Amino acid sequence: MAADALSNRRAETGVLFQRDRTWHPPAFTPNYKTTVLRSPQKAPISFDNTLSEITGPTFGHHILGELDNDLTLNFAKPGESAVGERIIVYGRVLDERGKGVPGVLLEFWQANAGGRYRHKKDSYTAPLDPNFGGCGRTIAAEDGSYVFRTVKPGPYPWPNGVNDWRPSHIHFSIFGHSFAQRLITQMYFEGDPLIWQCPIVRAIPDQAAIETLIAAYDPQATIPMDARAYKFDIVLRGRRSSLFENRLEGN
Amino acid sequence: MAQPLNRLKESPSQTAGPYVHIGLTPNFCGISGVYDHDLGDAMVNAKTGGERVTVCMRVLDGTGTPLRDALIEVWQADAAGLHTSPAETRGDADPNFFGWSRRATDMETGECMFETIKPGRVPFPDGRLMAPHISVWIVARGINLGLHTRMYFGDEEKANAEDPILARIEHRTRVPTLIAPRDGDQYHFDIHLQGEKETVFFDS
Repeated sequence: MAADALSNRRAETGVLFQRDRTWHPPAFTPNYKTTVLRSPQKAPISFDNTLSEITGPTFGHHILGELDNDLTLNFAKPGESAVGERIIVYGRVLDERGKGVPGVLLEFWQANAGGRYRHKKDSYTAPLDPNFGGCGRTIAAEDGSYVFRTVKPGPYPWPNGVNDWRPSHIHFSIFGHSFAQRLITQMYFEGDPLIWQCPIVRAIPDQAAIETLIAAYDPQATIPMDARAYKFDIVLRGRRSSLFENRLEGN
Repeated sequence: MAQPLNRLKESPSQTAGPYVHIGLTPNFCGISGVYDHDLGDAMVNAKTGGERVTVCMRVLDGTGTPLRDALIEVWQADAAGLHTSPAETRGDADPNFFGWSRRATDMETGECMFETIKPGRVPFPDGRLMAPHISVWIVARGINLGLHTRMYFGDEEKANAEDPILARIEHRTRVPTLIAPRDGDQYHFDIHLQGEKETVFFDS
């Protein structure tokens, strides 16, 4: 339960930058039909963070198992491995000031190489892979860097339009240091033509914003004869310093 | 041209989707053997200080139908009003309490239950005390950006009446959307995404 990963570092206690809600997808995006009945219609109330939003849970490395960041192995039978294109996904968790965010818990989930999720609600005809569960997690290092190994997920059809296919993607859940930094998003793969046709992706109004969710293929980071690599940096909300309130916390 | 600020933009949110359980509560959806237990499945133990309470939450769509594929996370102070967080500078929180939890809503009933304690009061930035509350974050298929709100306690009328956040709500008829009525040791908190009873959500 203790915040062991962060015990030797003084926490920042400033309030967060205002969230740019024009950069995020709006709640109501009718081409993604499920949003129609699930989107709040009234304006949210705005206020500067209180301690309830500035604080947040932390997770120590003791929660991690040895294979938590290797989706090719963490559900596989001994000596076996998930089927599919083997890839490394790596990057950094930064905040809007460009600072690495240390000690952040990242959780991932995805379909298998055929585009099938291990979930009773998924009825796609592509088969399950007996050696692939689809979840993983890791904790970012002091500089915010993280890495995990997986197989590239396949695209799959989903019941929105009659012929809507999700681009290959990996879901990311990220904890910052503040509960108000909590973020869930999806990572897409460079070069995938389905990205620009997807109603979920296109809920994001700005093309430049969408491009920040597309991981870059990085041939220099491959593991030869093992896995190709994609780089995916994540940005969490920045934080105001307490410059004129108490001690300088450093920007 | 002025100097560039060189700030980055926050990564845009995308929905957690219908299979959020695989990533965040894998044991709940039958993926066993990867993690020992689902993260955040216990907030209290036998030694936790404070009044034990159960909170039952639901999330309802614009037709009043409970979401059976939502995931709710909660974050709260301990019984003394302190957070288990490095950013807590006022003192050490109860080592037998973890103020964060997550639950998937039941795939049949849409309900989820949190076994916790009633939190103490936490100061607002100007020093006034906020009423006891639980911070709540909701994600699901069809929710493009996770929704922040708070649950206040129905039997804390006096504290609720002086809470600075509740006081910020212009339309007073909406204040009760954040207050969970008490029934024995259980509080019931219905989160309405739309409609006349739409919950007040936060941009904070």
